[in-house]
Amino acid sequence: MTKKLQSITEKISPALALVAIAAVWAAISGFELVPSYMLPSPVSVARAFVEDFPLLMEHAATTLTEAGIGLAIGIILAFITASLMDRFKLLYNAVYPLMIITQTIPTVAIAPILIMWMGFDMAPKIALIVLTTFFPITVGLLDGYASVDADAVSLLRSMGAGRLRIFFTVKIPSALSHFFAGLKISASYAIVGGVIAEWLGGFEGLGVYMTRVRKAYQFDKMFAVILLIIIISLLLMLAVSLIRKAVMPWERKGVLKK
Amino acid sequence: MNISADSVLIAENISKSFDGNRIIDNVSIYLKKGEIVSLLGQSGVGKSTLFNVLSGLYMPDSGKVLSNGDDITGKPGKISYMLQKDLLLPYKNVLDNTALPLIIKGEKKKVAREKASALFDKFGLGGCEKKYPSQLSGGMRQRAALLRTYLSSQGIALLDEPFSALDTLTKSAMHKWYLDVMSEIELATVFITHDIDEAILLSDRIYIMTGKPGQITTEIEIKEKKPRKENFNLTEEFLNYKRMIVEKLL
Repeated sequence: MTKKLQSITEKISPALALVAIAAVWAAISGFELVPSYMLPSPVSVARAFVEDFPLLMEHAATTLTEAGIGLAIGIILAFITASLMDRFKLLYNAVYPLMIITQTIPTVAIAPILIMWMGFDMAPKIALIVLTTFFPITVGLLDGYASVDADAVSLLRSMGAGRLRIFFTVKIPSALSHFFAGLKISASYAIVGGVIAEWLGGFEGLGVYMTRVRKAYQFDKMFAVILLIIIISLLLMLAVSLIRKAVMPWERKGVLKK
Repeated sequence: MNISADSVLIAENISKSFDGNRIIDNVSIYLKKGEIVSLLGQSGVGKSTLFNVLSGLYMPDSGKVLSNGDDITGKPGKISYMLQKDLLLPYKNVLDNTALPLIIKGEKKKVAREKASALFDKFGLGGCEKKYPSQLSGGMRQRAALLRTYLSSQGIALLDEPFSALDTLTKSAMHKWYLDVMSEIELATVFITHDIDEAILLSDRIYIMTGKPGQITTEIEIKEKKPRKENFNLTEEFLNYKRMIVEKLL
């Protein structure tokens, strides 16, 4: 009973913090401590969200499509790269430093270049998303492959298993939890990456919507779209957790035992 | 050394070095059908290295490993090897873990599962088929690991300190269980231990390995018949064996 109570308190406290922040925000804009055209009240943000909902959804669909395609390509590329790097030490040594360097290139700097190369359609957005999601997943997979128990590999070899069998029976399952940790980060990167690319040029998408309402000084709509991006990112992360649970049932049962 | 004709496993003059350090030197052992032989020695004497050679995971610098007359030196997959850790894969249930060696050998999944599950009761694992390893106690996990070892073997197994991680009470229950199971299945076994009592209790013969590089310095036969009486470990004979071993080990 106390445990249940504890878990309820644990769940409620972040919600309370959120409510408190919203209350402070409402008070600031309500008493006009900051002019309302600069800081819209939570109520007007909510109204903007509802009024523009169909339009927001249209743009969200574009961004989500880009994110989905980009993430899928990112996962496939990451899987191939990480597997080859794990298999060939030379490749690992050659490529790993390069991968680190690509991560230090600011997204906002590379996005306009991609747009100049690829135009204003989805291609440059997807390319940027691939670039940003590829790295966390690759690193996750590499860590996962490296975390394999060397004794487990010996055991399978002693049973006469070949390299491929060992890869699929031991390496991939051991890498799964690392892979999902990387994927969770990448899922939110995918949305942000897409929005940034859309900002810099495009015809539709949440980033495009954002630049339009910014130019019109519609702060309430700015906040509404930020809210939507937060919600989408959280939902994506939730989806990753759910997939993880479905793919790795042994984790769940292990926890149950304890 | 009396290598008899009915030996299922023979290792001849095995030597192995790492980075110029000789770990084992000129070691020869043999194992007869259905026999349990233990390899007793201090940590670091080269017991596990010898096992890695016997299982084919390491290529010896010199010497040969023969199984039923075939040269299997450096060829894994012929002799099953149970390492110290149970190494049950956490993401497979117990049945699939034990069936794994059969699947690796090319059996269909369904057939492999049937073969494995037919042995669950004999190994005291009945009802655990669908459980994950994390849901089992240490003793049960070792049972599952031994069943997997048995299924991957063609009558010969190497066990590297299979019971060392268990607490004393579980360990002695496992000894009894192990002897029971071994009396029903045919599995010639070499097992590593540094527990003298365990070696006397379970083995038909004991090799003592000492020195640096490690060599087999003594071979002792435990003449007590199997099944051994309940309180064998309290008898004068047992103590005599123990005295003799302690003397040779030091």
